Amino acid sequence: MKYRIVVLAKQVPDTRNVGKDAMKADGTVNRAALPAIFNPEDLNALEQALRIKDRFPGSEIIVLTMGPFRAAEIIRESLYRGADRGYLITDRKFAGSDTLATSYAISLAVKKLEPYHFVISGRQAIDGDTAQVGPQTAEKLHLPQVTYAEDILDIEKDSVTIKRRIEMGVEIVKSTLPVAITVHGSAPSCRARLAKLVMKYKHARTITELQEETKDYTDLYSHRPYLQIDEWTVADLNADAEMLGLSGSPTKVKKIENVVLAHKESTRLTADDKDVEWLMQELISRHVIG
Amino acid sequence: MENYYTDNPHLKFQLQHPLMEKIVRLKELNYSEHEKFDYAPLDYEDALDSYHKVLEIVGEICGEVIGPNAESVDHEGPQLINNEVQYALGTQENHDVLTKAGLIGMSLPRQYGGLNFPMVPYVMAAELVSRADAGFANIWGLQDCAETLHEFASEEIKNEFLPRFNKGATAAMDLTEPDAGSDLQAVQLKATYDVQKDTWFLNGVKRFITNGDADISLVLARSEEGTTDARGLSLFVYDRSNNAVSVRRIENKLGIKGSPTCELVFKNAPSKLVGETKLGLIKYVMSLMNSARLGVGAQSVGIAEAAYREAIKYAREREQFGKAIIQYPAVYEMLTLMRVKIDGIRTLLYETARFVDMYKAYSLIQHDRKLDSTERDEMKYYQKNADVLTPLLKLISSEYCNQIAYDALQIHGGTGYMKDFPVERLYRDARITTIYEGTSQLQVVAAIRGVTNGAYVKLLKEHAAMPVKPEFEYLKSILEKMTDQFAKTVEKVTEFTDNEYIDYHARRLVEMAGNVIIGFLLLGDANRDAMYTKSTDIFIRKGRAENIATVSYINNSHPKDLGDFKMI
Repeated sequence: MKYRIVVLAKQVPDTRNVGKDAMKADGTVNRAALPAIFNPEDLNALEQALRIKDRFPGSEIIVLTMGPFRAAEIIRESLYRGADRGYLITDRKFAGSDTLATSYAISLAVKKLEPYHFVISGRQAIDGDTAQVGPQTAEKLHLPQVTYAEDILDIEKDSVTIKRRIEMGVEIVKSTLPVAITVHGSAPSCRARLAKLVMKYKHARTITELQEETKDYTDLYSHRPYLQIDEWTVADLNADAEMLGLSGSPTKVKKIENVVLAHKESTRLTADDKDVEWLMQELISRHVIG
Repeated sequence: MENYYTDNPHLKFQLQHPLMEKIVRLKELNYSEHEKFDYAPLDYEDALDSYHKVLEIVGEICGEVIGPNAESVDHEGPQLINNEVQYALGTQENHDVLTKAGLIGMSLPRQYGGLNFPMVPYVMAAELVSRADAGFANIWGLQDCAETLHEFASEEIKNEFLPRFNKGATAAMDLTEPDAGSDLQAVQLKATYDVQKDTWFLNGVKRFITNGDADISLVLARSEEGTTDARGLSLFVYDRSNNAVSVRRIENKLGIKGSPTCELVFKNAPSKLVGETKLGLIKYVMSLMNSARLGVGAQSVGIAEAAYREAIKYAREREQFGKAIIQYPAVYEMLTLMRVKIDGIRTLLYETARFVDMYKAYSLIQHDRKLDSTERDEMKYYQKNADVLTPLLKLISSEYCNQIAYDALQIHGGTGYMKDFPVERLYRDARITTIYEGTSQLQVVAAIRGVTNGAYVKLLKEHAAMPVKPEFEYLKSILEKMTDQFAKTVEKVTEFTDNEYIDYHARRLVEMAGNVIIGFLLLGDANRDAMYTKSTDIFIRKGRAENIATVSYINNSHPKDLGDFKMI
């Protein structure tokens, strides 16, 4: 059996390196001020897709990412690890989209890739932490959805068995195919880039990127069509412009606040038995352990 | 995300050395492979970019997987179960991750699944892996065996064994025996040819074999009955799936505990002859040893880098008498000298690797077409100088590595003596580098030839002929004086025509040469990049003082003194 897997991945600002200019005045993220990285849980999602491909050789992994033209890096990073191809959904009209507008655009893009068996994404992106885009996309595509997945245990012709991470432990569920899955950060981390694939795909570019290149790769691209990363615009998706960008986004950021954790929230303990005993009780009563 | 490659600008600097352009063009046969292989480079710039990107992967795996696994691997070590080696969990993970990423068989040609990397980036990967876990670096570094097979084995053997490396096959080189350590001519493991089965069978015992239970083993054995010297030895390749070799024990070592050191018993082990009979030690193992010595050079630099980083981190954090200990001259001088020594052995390492690259590239081209006379001369030049530099590199890098690990532990004080910090592991791991693949004493034996036949002086004069920026003329003139002083001291020792007397001063003379050569190499680096200016200045000042002391000692000695050193 061969499967077709669509992976949804996002380029996010590295929120581990937040500076004072991380936010713009209108309350949206100032992406230019932060290093851009592959959203960590989307890497977990990609790994799950790669494992399906390992188990079922000949399966196909298509990566979709939405963002500015530099988000093509996400497609390349996926190709370096074993994805087969990718599309960059990019258009100025997408700017300012919230989760509703984003999932609308993505669902249209996924539809173009029919027939598929899996739509796999990370649980949430570290820039918004909403965990909404995966489920909203599934809903728009009328797919059963399994969120917080940790491992894909078993795949049969028309069904899949998945282990999910839930608050108090794990749950094993079965779903029909096609299915939408969001993957939790406790799932296995993504494999390293493969040396040969890096060398093979490092020249992969979108048309927009090619226009920025100083070197002429025309010849190379005619020989190696796989180096072309396709861009999909609003027109390619036949999307209703009203449902995109700021006009399609009911979410309005009212205010951004800096939260500084107050000193009183910390407790200093020593290593003696009394303090350790106190800590154990505290952790049990807050259901951190036990 | 820790990345041992991107956090170390010295590697990128070496990767961009001017000689690389030529090395890569030769190695890539004028960039002719990209029609056939989608991952072959288009031009020099593209090739360098590929090395850089692949080393980024190696650096990431080292920082995220191998480095973090090093402590548990050191504690757990490999186990012997039913006469087979089982790696520590972390070791297995390291190997699996590197295999998946396609980082085994890096220097092999693409037709065998390799990356066709020159030695320079491959040695860089070895340095990175060694910084993460020196013991594991041995297991990973034994992919060198593929290089030997590629160079000397038949097409049939190459096609059978080489493609397995990139898929994760492990390797071993089985040379040492209980009575044949430094003196490999005494190898006794017996190889007998069975005419009917058209196969060689091996019988006997090997000892101290790194990664002895590997998938593919190169075995040195006595194929000529009745012989007792090197001319009776041949090299064989043995495939583990024959199940004819058992591991009798795994040694319990001081350091590099992740790397299983095995005693092996061969019982009618079927194997294939590599190349021709009788050339096993004289030709093939000598070549294997040279690349293994380059490997120990990389390992020494890697361990030294790790130890230096631990030391500087601790010295910044540790406060005594109201300030961080790094602010005390006794400590910051130690740290600076560590840095200077590392810069010195690293530049020697990559200079040697470049020389090896040059002659190996030519020798591969030679398989397909005749070299013209300029090419032949160039090949000879680099081969000769690679042979001159390799023992010097092995000697100095491993000795410095030990000094650096020693000082790094010293900076940690009592804490460093405890098992709580990684520095004690680095200290133990460093210790083997001056011993295996030929002890320091044997490197001196190999290097002294270059001292007495003038090869070092010739190399030094070539360095002196290279132009430097005006601000470095002063340092260059010191190095020129040091060259003359070295040449005179050599004469002073050789004029007695007493070989024992030469041997007695050999190490001193080789180390003198080392100080001048490294001085010149650092000067070349400083000339290209200001980040080496201070290291160069300090290294040359220290080297000059050391050489003056050596000269004073040698000038006050005489062959008749030798008796005094035989008092016990």
